[in-house]
Formats: sequence, structure tokens, C-alpha cells
Amino acid sequence: MTDRVRAGRRGGGKGDRVMVPPAEFRSYYGRPIVKKPVWTHDIAAYFFTGGLAAGSALVAAGADLTGRAALRTTARLTGLGAILASTYFLVVDLGRPSRFLNMLRVAKPTSPMSMGTWIFSGFSAAAGLAAVAEAAPLLPRRGAVGLAARALPVAGRAGGLAAAALAPAMATYTAVLISDTATPSWHAAYPRMPFVFAGSALASGGAAGMIGAPTAQAGPARTLAVAGAALELAATHGVEHRMGLLSEPYRTGRAGTLLRAARVLTAAGAVGALLGSRSRTVSALAGGALLAGSLATRLGVFEAGKASAEDPKYTVVPQRERLGTL
Amino acid sequence: MNSLFGPIDPAKDAGYTDAPPRMGFFTDTSVCIGCKACEVACKEWNAVPDDGFDLLGMSYDNTGGLSANSWRHVAFIEQAAPSPAAMDVLREAEATVSTQFLGMPSSTLPGTEGREGRDLRWLMMSNVCKHCTHAGCLDVCPTGSLFRTEYGTVVVQEDICNGCGYCVAACPYGVIDRREDDGRAWKCTLCYDRIGEGMTPACAQACPTQSIQYGELDELRERAAQRVEVLHQRGVTEAKLYGHDPDDGVGGDGAFFLLLDEPEVYGLPPDPVVTTRDLPSMWKHAGVAALGMAAAAVVAFLGRRP
Ligand code: SF4
Ligand code: SF4
Repeated sequence: MTDRVRAGRRGGGKGDRVMVPPAEFRSYYGRPIVKKPVWTHDIAAYFFTGGLAAGSALVAAGADLTGRAALRTTARLTGLGAILASTYFLVVDLGRPSRFLNMLRVAKPTSPMSMGTWIFSGFSAAAGLAAVAEAAPLLPRRGAVGLAARALPVAGRAGGLAAAALAPAMATYTAVLISDTATPSWHAAYPRMPFVFAGSALASGGAAGMIGAPTAQAGPARTLAVAGAALELAATHGVEHRMGLLSEPYRTGRAGTLLRAARVLTAAGAVGALLGSRSRTVSALAGGALLAGSLATRLGVFEAGKASAEDPKYTVVPQRERLGTL
Repeated sequence: MNSLFGPIDPAKDAGYTDAPPRMGFFTDTSVCIGCKACEVACKEWNAVPDDGFDLLGMSYDNTGGLSANSWRHVAFIEQAAPSPAAMDVLREAEATVSTQFLGMPSSTLPGTEGREGRDLRWLMMSNVCKHCTHAGCLDVCPTGSLFRTEYGTVVVQEDICNGCGYCVAACPYGVIDRREDDGRAWKCTLCYDRIGEGMTPACAQACPTQSIQYGELDELRERAAQRVEVLHQRGVTEAKLYGHDPDDGVGGDGAFFLLLDEPEVYGLPPDPVVTTRDLPSMWKHAGVAALGMAAAAVVAFLGRRP
């Protein structure tokens, strides 16, 4: 009912949690105030595949410029696959998928989704061109097709560099997208979420390179994977512990489980990447763990936002604290 | 780009020159008798589909909240904290209509006259889209489906909406929602089609106690301030306005309220802030993270030539 309910830390746990003083709050029959996002897991999957595509684009461009052909090929193809998956996830999450193109009729600076659609479109075109260029060796060398085949690597490099230039925006705009909502635990995380997503994207892009390229070429991918994993772990820790009551949804329930799994997978993957630099098998296993960790991070962040919208406590208590009338 | 925060005239900010005065609602909950005529009139006029028949076990509220299929929602709160002065006011409002005819319960026992025997008080409030000065829903909509009208209200053009759902997560009041079956976003239009013809919105027209008042926002704000004065003088000291202040987190609401308890008791956020207020800072943080990514890639490849 409208009685006062105690809101505070829920569940037992480790000592490193920030203490949130228990607070009393009132609500309308315990019903949510803000609407929980209507998005499904598809959107979390998109954050993962979009991040993977962005990380891969950076790896591919670096590999191209430093003459690591195998790493370049694997990164470009990973990028293409991730872009195709991203397109699917983006479109199915619309209530009216057939109207996807309505987003390409306007460019609206106040809408991160509008800006993001343009970033994604430009990025996809460039990265797609780079991936198509990988087909050059398969084409005949003579005639008109041969001419195209010889032009392809140049076009591929141009596309790859353009994709790499857009990749950091591609990896981080999604953090702005979820932060720019009234979903309490997403909005509060806006100074940290871009770092979570940037780290997660680097970790996954590097991981894919470690899996697909021979160890002799995969060095930089490994470096990026480890650096990304470290950033992902550190920034996620901040989200889980430095936002007072609004950190709670990241530690409890399904989100808590997913983010704990993400931490274990990402940490194990980073260690494996460091230790297994000479073994293709260890590298591949470590890469797999990093990819799974990145996906679990996105799903955990998604679930935490939903949970924070479902409980009026997360809307009322921080606002009351802000007003100084709790 | 429209401004993201602070007190402004939304129609002018959206580019209208010669806009008519900003129109809005003042919902005075002290005289709401909970008849739900507004809910019904809204559905009728706007051809809003039914939202199923649920018995929620929340007093007389079986609507639950605002949704794609409920653009007005009457909240019912039973409190064991009687406020005799507020009950007098409500009683008088009840006396102006035939509650028998509406099938409504009376707020006190039948036949009681005085102030005795009142150990319960009933709060009732008709909730609606706030038509925010800074509307999060409108700011984030990527298709331009949500737009600002010349009256300063916020309306969805359903033929453009692609159902991305961004507006749903962006509204600090939990108003706008996506309709299950047709996949598009819906909410109160402040009867855009009626007010354009000089008519009163359906809910305000149907309200038998003038709990819902429609008019020019400036004028409504004055009227509301006077109403609070009167109530305070009559001993209803708990009466206060909500959403009337152009300096609040959303630049003031086009639809604001007189409440008799804290906002959250009615399911309203106590201090809503439009999410896009922080958008420039969000992009700045993202920019730093993005630069870090690019730098990491450069270092990773330059650090070790093959
Ligand atoms: S109350 Fe919500 S739906 Fe209505 S204008 Fe404000 S942000 Fe939009
Ligand atoms: S669901 Fe429709 S109205 Fe809402 S933000 Fe998306 S396109 Fe705009």
C-alpha cells in the first residue's frame, strides 16, 4: 500500500560494498513510477555485436597498416558478421520493423538513437566494403572483373580506415543511448557506462583476433584484448559500487548473476591471453572467455536497468535525497 | 536544436512564430470524486482500445496506471490519516453531483453529517501526460514522430512512429507506452483535434466537479495558486502544487496538479528531471572513452612492429 517501506541494501554479501543507508519511501501500491524499457535481450545482443564490430574494425585497420594479413582478414570478416547480426537485432526490436528507414529520414542531435543510426550506417558501409575487399584474391585477374579485383584492396583499405575512425563512436554511442533515459540505474551510470562499453568492445574485438589469427600475428589483438578487459572490469566495478542505492540493481537478481559471471569470464580471459601468447589453443580459449564475458556484461547492464525501473524505490529515494526530504 | 533545460516557452523554442498561448490542464485533486468519467470520455473520444478487465485489488483502481491504452488514470489511495478539512472540501464536491447516479461510493458513511466517524481519508487523482516543457520523450524520438504543437503540447504522429520504444524509457513520469499489438507509442494528445477547433479536451469536458480544468497555462497557474491559498485558509494545510514551477527539472509541466500528499503517494516522481539535461555531459564522457579506445589501438600496433 502506501505505507512506508524500508529501502536499503538487499541480500548479504562481500565487504567491499558501499554502504547505502536504509531509507524509507512511499509509493502507490508499490507500483513502478517510470516504465521499464520495452526492449528485449535483442538490444543487449546488439550492444555486444556492435561493440565486437567496432573492436574488430580497429584491429583490422591496425593489421592492414602493419602488414598482418591473416589478422586483417579475420578481423574484417568478424566485423562483417557482427554487422549483419547487429542489423538483425536492431530491426527486430522495433515495434514496426518495416519502418526502420523512418530513422534515416531525420538527423536529430537530441536523440542518441538518431545519431547512432547514422553512426551505425556509415560504419557498416565502410566496414562492409573492407570485408568485401577480402574477396579480391578469389576473383579472376583478367578482364573487367580483374580490374575491379585489383582496385579492391585499395578500396578495402580506405573502407577499413574509415570504419576504424568511426569505431570508437560506434562502440560508445550505445552507452549514451541507454544513459539518456529515465531508467534510474542507467541514467545514473552515464559518466561510467561509455568506459564499460569501450572496454567491452576492445576486449571482444581483440578476442576475435586472438581466435582467428595465428599467434605470430595476433600480438596487438592480444594487447587490445587485455587492455579492454582491464577497462571493462574497472569501469563495471565503479558501476556496481560507486552509485549508492542505484548500484544495487547491478549486484542483485539476474543482473548480479550475469555481471558476476562476466567478471569471472573476463578476468580468466585476460589472464589466458597474457599467459597463452604462444599457444593457439590457449589463445582461442581465452578469446572465447572474453567474448562470453563481454556478452554477459551487456546482458547484465540491460537487466540492471530493467530492475531499477520496476521498483519505485530507485525512482523515489534518490530524488528524495536530492530534495533533501527523505 | 531545441534547448535542453530551464524555463522556456516550448512552442517558440520549437520554432513557432505567432504561436497561440500555451494550453494545459490544472487537475485539482481536492475535488476529485473518483468517478472516472475522464477515463471513459478519453477512451470514447480518442477511440482508445480497452485494456482488458483486471481486478487489481487496489481500492477502486482497476486501471493500474497510464499506458498506451489508458491516457487518463484515476488513482485511489485510502489512508488511515483523516484530514477533516480536506474531507469537508471533498464532501462539498460530492454534493454537487449525484454520486448515486454514477454508482460511486460516498467518501463517508451514508447519513453522516458532521466531522465525526471519519477515520479514513480517500485521495483520488486523475493522472495524465504532463506535456512537459522539456519532454524527454520528444527529445529522444529518432523519427520525429513526437512533435511539439503550436499550443506547446506534445503529440505522437502514429503514422511515423516505428515503435523503437525510446520514448517509453525516457519519460520521467512513466506515461508514454508502446501498444502490444500495433507496436507503436501512444499517449494523451491533450485532444489536439478538439483544441484546434476551440473545444475543451474530452476529459475536462466530462469532469463533473471541475477537478480537471483546461485553459491557458498562465491563467491556470494563477488560478491554482489562488486555490491553494483558499484551501490553506480552510485548514487543508497539506494542499500543494506539483508540476507548476517553470524552474523545476522539466521546465514545468503543461499539465500540473494540486495534491494533498507527497507526489510518490500518487505514483508521481518527487523530483523529475528531463534526462536530456545531462546529454551534453554524456557525449563528453563518451568522447573521452572513444579517444581512449583509439589511443589504445594506436599503441597496441605501434608498440610492436612485426
Ligand atoms: S510526461 Fe512523459 S510522455 Fe508526457 S510529455 Fe512529458 S516526457 Fe513526454
Ligand atoms: S516509439 Fe515512436 S514515438 Fe517513441 S521514440 Fe520511437 S519512433 Fe518516436
